[in-house]
Amino acid sequence: MPVDDWLVQLDNLAARSAGFFLRKPIVLDLTNLDIGQDELRDLVAKLATRKVRIMGIEGAKASLLAPDLPPALTDGKGTSDVEIPAVEESSAPATAANLALTVSAPSRANSSVVVSQPVRSGQSLHHAEGDVTIVGSVASGSEVVAGGSIHIYGALRGRAMAGTMGNSTARIFCRKLEAELIAIDGFYLTAEDLEPSLRGKAVQIWLEGETIKVAAVI
Amino acid sequence: MGKVIVVTSGKGGVGKTTSTAALGAALAQNGAKVVVVDFDVGLRNLDLVMGAERRVVYDLVNVIQGEAKLTQALIRDKRVETLFLLPASQTRDKDNLTPEGVEKVITALKNAFDWVICDSPAGIERGATLAMRHADVAIVVTNPEVSSVRDSDRIIGLLDSKTLKAENGETMEKHLLLTRYDSARAERGDMLKVDDVLEILSIPLLGIIPESMDVLRASNVGSPVTLADGRSAPAIAYFEAARRLNGEALPVVIPGDKRGLFGKIFGRRAA
Repeated sequence: MPVDDWLVQLDNLAARSAGFFLRKPIVLDLTNLDIGQDELRDLVAKLATRKVRIMGIEGAKASLLAPDLPPALTDGKGTSDVEIPAVEESSAPATAANLALTVSAPSRANSSVVVSQPVRSGQSLHHAEGDVTIVGSVASGSEVVAGGSIHIYGALRGRAMAGTMGNSTARIFCRKLEAELIAIDGFYLTAEDLEPSLRGKAVQIWLEGETIKVAAVI
Repeated sequence: MGKVIVVTSGKGGVGKTTSTAALGAALAQNGAKVVVVDFDVGLRNLDLVMGAERRVVYDLVNVIQGEAKLTQALIRDKRVETLFLLPASQTRDKDNLTPEGVEKVITALKNAFDWVICDSPAGIERGATLAMRHADVAIVVTNPEVSSVRDSDRIIGLLDSKTLKAENGETMEKHLLLTRYDSARAERGDMLKVDDVLEILSIPLLGIIPESMDVLRASNVGSPVTLADGRSAPAIAYFEAARRLNGEALPVVIPGDKRGLFGKIFGRRAA
């Protein structure tokens, strides 16, 4: 069954870029795909085991969708299709090659964000695609999560997590280190683990192998 | 069209009600028409501090539910003619506050008064969010200690996201009122310094109210501190804060800093 081939391709893709689908709402586009309800249910379940959460289904007949399946969506914004050259060579005309994944990710062009207000206690700033620059402080009890690096022109009193999409080269910079927790690519340090002499200093934080390094910057 | 102010803090017991009453009385003494509105349904206190607890007939919930007219619920202060109180209900549940009802009352008050000062309940639940929803200006009351400062930080975040102004893409004007400031304890390092609080919260300072027995004494006799003794230190600080609210550029003096040589020699021993 072509869908199985497509799943193999998907696994290959996922193996190459860890966290590609992590925390992303995925829309399944079924246009041009001839699939029955049971097969669809099976596909959604198989995707779920791969941690791909289907939030909506596009291009499906109304009769195909049941209450236990994700709801129908229309007018999703197409991004670049997942490239699956191998399947394109297969002979079936309406194959899984047409099963495009719409990822709600903005293009690379606007992959960094600048926030010109302080991040307040209780607020959570997520930016999975790229760098985050904050002109202001990050308060105790708040968090900043970025796929790329985090730059804070102020005090870091809350949590900062950089490189969350598997980017081990991401760094955290801040003018004043008073963090509750810092993390890069899943490796973390809590406030107690931080060198006391670096508290209150302007620092940069990066990953060397599996060790988080913190050093003062002038 | 009057200005709507919300007096809020997140944390309880920092002086929201005291500040609402004191600022309301200070503004009204200059001739402005002022109404102070108690949003703390179920735990009302503003009527006590205003000395009107025995004059409450109808309240905010009655007005919202259409059981009384706004003019019936408003209580005119006996000392200052232009000062009014809209009390909260003590017996009703706070779920009786509806967004539509609150909007109607605030709009009506805005048309009749120069200042509408809403005393928010503590917390970040329904009562607090409804009190801040229609505000033009927010006064964030904070004590110089870490838990109060963090709660204030949280409230500022909500002011910037959950209010009508924020939803319309405007920015809410926010002022910090630092209350219960004890210069002796600040000097010893038992309290956060003014600069530290300002650095964390990064909003403009409206005033610093010194810790004083005068505040408690005034509350106990049912009088805003600005009416009870206009020359006491906290009253002067509230009067100055009210002038800054009116747009005057008045420098803030940190209590303790203005002490002369005498104070410097003898003040420390008293602490």
